[in-house]
Amino acid sequence: MNTILVAVIVLGVTALVLAGVLFVIAKQFAVEEDPRVGQVAEVLPQANCGGCGFPGCAGFADACVKAGSLDGLLCPVGGQAVMTKVADILGLSADAAEPKVAVVRCNGTCEHRPRTVVYDGAVSCRIAHATGCGETGCAYGCLGCGDCVAACQFDAIRMNPETGLPEVDAEKCTACGACVKACPRMIIELRNKGKNGRRMVVLCVNKDKGAITRKACEVGCIGCGKCQKVCPFEAITIANNLAYIDYEKCKLCRKCEDECPQHSIVAVNFPPRKPKPAATEAPKAASAAEAESAAKAPEATGTPSSQTAPSTPNTQKS
Amino acid sequence: MALPKQAVFPLSQHIGAPAVPCVAKGDMVKVGTKIADAGGFVSAAIFSSVSGKVAKIDSVIDASGYRKPAIFIDVVGDEWEESIDRSEELVTKCDLKPEEIVSKIKDAGVVGMGGACFPTHVKLTPPPGSKAECVIINAVECEPYLTADHSLMLEKPEQILMGVSLLMKAVNVTVGYIAIENNKPDAIALMTEKAKNFPGIQIVPLKVKYPQGGEKQLIDAVIGRQVPAPPAIPIAVGAVVQNVGTAYAVYEAVIKNKPLFERIVTVTGKSLANPSNFLTRMGTPMSQLIEAAGGMPEDTGKIIGGGPMMGKALLNAEVPICKGSSGVLLMSEKESLRGEEQNCMRCAKCVAACPMGLEPYLLAKLGEYADWERAEKEDIMTCIECGCCTFTCPSNRPLLDWVRLCKNTVGGIIRERNAKK
Amino acid sequence: MNKLTLSLSPHVHSGDSVSKNMRWVIIAMLPAMLWSFYTFGLGAVIVTVVSVASCVFFEWAINKYILKNDKCTVCDLSAVVTGILLAFNLPSNLPLYIIIIGALFAIGVVKMTFGGLGCNLFNPALAARVFLLISFPVKMTVFPEVGQMTAYADAVTAATPMANLVQSNLWDLFLGNVGGSLGEVSALCLLIGLVILLVSRTITWHIPVSILVTVFALTGLLHIAYPVEVATPWHHLCGGGLMLGAIFMATDYVTSPMTPKGQLIYGFCIGFLTVAIRVFGAYPEGMSFAILIMNAFVPLINNACKPKRFAKEVKK
Repeated sequence: MNTILVAVIVLGVTALVLAGVLFVIAKQFAVEEDPRVGQVAEVLPQANCGGCGFPGCAGFADACVKAGSLDGLLCPVGGQAVMTKVADILGLSADAAEPKVAVVRCNGTCEHRPRTVVYDGAVSCRIAHATGCGETGCAYGCLGCGDCVAACQFDAIRMNPETGLPEVDAEKCTACGACVKACPRMIIELRNKGKNGRRMVVLCVNKDKGAITRKACEVGCIGCGKCQKVCPFEAITIANNLAYIDYEKCKLCRKCEDECPQHSIVAVNFPPRKPKPAATEAPKAASAAEAESAAKAPEATGTPSSQTAPSTPNTQKS
Repeated sequence: MALPKQAVFPLSQHIGAPAVPCVAKGDMVKVGTKIADAGGFVSAAIFSSVSGKVAKIDSVIDASGYRKPAIFIDVVGDEWEESIDRSEELVTKCDLKPEEIVSKIKDAGVVGMGGACFPTHVKLTPPPGSKAECVIINAVECEPYLTADHSLMLEKPEQILMGVSLLMKAVNVTVGYIAIENNKPDAIALMTEKAKNFPGIQIVPLKVKYPQGGEKQLIDAVIGRQVPAPPAIPIAVGAVVQNVGTAYAVYEAVIKNKPLFERIVTVTGKSLANPSNFLTRMGTPMSQLIEAAGGMPEDTGKIIGGGPMMGKALLNAEVPICKGSSGVLLMSEKESLRGEEQNCMRCAKCVAACPMGLEPYLLAKLGEYADWERAEKEDIMTCIECGCCTFTCPSNRPLLDWVRLCKNTVGGIIRERNAKK
Repeated sequence: MNKLTLSLSPHVHSGDSVSKNMRWVIIAMLPAMLWSFYTFGLGAVIVTVVSVASCVFFEWAINKYILKNDKCTVCDLSAVVTGILLAFNLPSNLPLYIIIIGALFAIGVVKMTFGGLGCNLFNPALAARVFLLISFPVKMTVFPEVGQMTAYADAVTAATPMANLVQSNLWDLFLGNVGGSLGEVSALCLLIGLVILLVSRTITWHIPVSILVTVFALTGLLHIAYPVEVATPWHHLCGGGLMLGAIFMATDYVTSPMTPKGQLIYGFCIGFLTVAIRVFGAYPEGMSFAILIMNAFVPLINNACKPKRFAKEVKK
């Protein structure tokens, strides 16, 4: 009995003494911190992805509290919802920012862009980029080794083995920008998601002259400028043999898509177009053939040009 | 080697700023006419190797694998500039002052012919504070399969020795070494014999061990001094290293007023009918040389510009011969593919193989995991990219691929850091 | 002509492979293996075959069903080497189920859980031996007499020389006419294996030589001090698992240091620990524990002992 009592007393006293020491140390070496930093950090998504440009959610919380206003500060993962909460805690206002999504601006699938050499080396886009053009004639197109897939922490981008291109899942994408940084050819861009998820994109970043681009890829942009001429909102600029659509100015009228001779411009998430009347088809066709072509038209997957193009350019259906 | 139908001159055949064209479409040029000026201090001029008309200034896929700007010249006849002395007579006297020698070298567009293509006149102008103590000529040719330097030594030994004397005069030294690997006994014997007529030049036979031709290894083997880590360069230990082909080009430039527009290229490969060395005008597409050596073998899997250890795999055979093209190597399909990659089994063969005392297995892993800070601490910038590690690895790991990526990234980080200071 | 291949330099390879290295290790182990068949007969054959088969089976099964790897790593022969080494550490009358448990521990726990070839911290065969020693102490420390060609589970057993090293016959110890684990008995066969490994450049001399020299020196000193209690250094070299450990276990690529300097330090410490356990510790056999302890220190040794960088001290 005595031994048990002694053991209990000794352990109890040791515990009390140690607890007291810990208490004193905690008080003595306590770090003065603005309590709001902790409050802000709590409402953040805790992904620690760095998409905000700060080291982790704690860093972002610190920056928010120290900054005078929330201009330029955005948590892409939490989006507007989280920024509103942060603004409430700090008594500031948060401007609504357009939600963005990562867009892979290359449509050089194995069908459109033939592989002329075989790459044999470490599977990394950065390394393959050092060998030169890569497996095709296009020095600017996707290399297909998946550095972007490895960089994504949200499983929002996957490599499609048939096309050899990465595909972005717009639901999961938080526009944190990791894939943008990972791509050595700067093919991925963060663009506005657009109203109802609709957007117009030039799926090409090739800056070679038109003749070279066409030889390398069926759907590469040759910089002919037809899209720029037809755009009523001056949203398209041509530079270095390449067209670029400014997503702030674009009003989704789709005129550029029809004009593009290379089918480089793609309309994403639009409903299928109504088929054009059969009068535009060759008049020699018998009425049966006319009816047939009219019946075929509704199967078009979104652009009338898909009937003439070798395969559907619309690879992004997110 | 016969003249090509069209000669292509990429503007970036050297380390440093690309050259700037000084001819336009439609201009007539002769052999030896300058077609592009140096683009800066560290740059070199380019001279036409053919006579004819400038067809266009466009772009071509060169050895880097990318399209680079180049001058295209349609060949008409073979008219040389009058200033070039085409006689074969050996001249062993030169009264020019050192600065004049360097100036002539610069005006002839001579660059390092070993493959790195560093502008020679820049190397012969030591930065303030450093002094040259000797000239070392790299006639080691340590890359297997290549024999361009070997054949040059057998055919033009005295011209090379004169070129070395000119280099020694240019940097005001009295000591010159020509280092040759032991697997070329005929070249060693011939050069030693002829060197008796040239004071101050010593022939140094070296052990056959790749990468004996690496600059730092060479200096260590010849004069026993080790060049410290970058940013130190060989002049820090008093050595000026030049390739033996460069020495010959210096002789031609200074004595014969002949700018750099032709060189010896080795075309070889196990399946090739007539592997040979060709004296080639620059701008000739490699396909022409391959034809002359017996035609492209059916089972070609890889075309390599340079040697098998450090050469670049080319996208097609139309790449033009440039100042640094020492060889064209055709590998069969079987030899071309790498084995299947396995886990690193920590056998330490790469550590034993590394001539710079690095740990390639660790550097490759750091590159894979993007740990740039630690890579810098592990001295990755001293890597000379010789490829010994990947060659020995039993697990077929692409060590050099990752190390190169890591080295380039760390180099960029260091440059940014220095720019901020 | 097919498409050209594009890759970065170097474009040639020495032709070396993991399986080539493993093949040489197996060849080096053959003399000891054949001697074990000769002295211990059927039992040795059964133990070796079962050990190798279980190790290969477990590696294949774990790769296919648990890790769901497409690649089959059995072809690199490292499981075969582990199987033979494990067998070398077992007595020839060990029941089958114990061998299989040992193989499962070696491959499953020590090798595959850490990541497969190249990722394990501890030597699989050695860790399995220690595991079996602790789990089945009696069966693992009772060894059959030599010369029983057809006996397996029913072999007549005798004490091993390690229990009383001072009085054992040195020549018997060297040749291998004594009881013990399959692979450890014949110092001669193991030394032949060492020569094979060195000539084929599979290992370097640093680890085996540093271990043997350290043990020789330390036991020599102790023998001079206590000639009655401590056996001569030759006895210590030839008795027990020292040769096996020094030549095959400690030199395992994965678990040994990467630089010659590190290897010498590693070897010295193993020798020191082995002598300490043998002479002052409770176990008659200290090699296995010494190597496992030093395995744990190898990452630290690798960090501390870097190869000599080119031009670190500028030569003049």
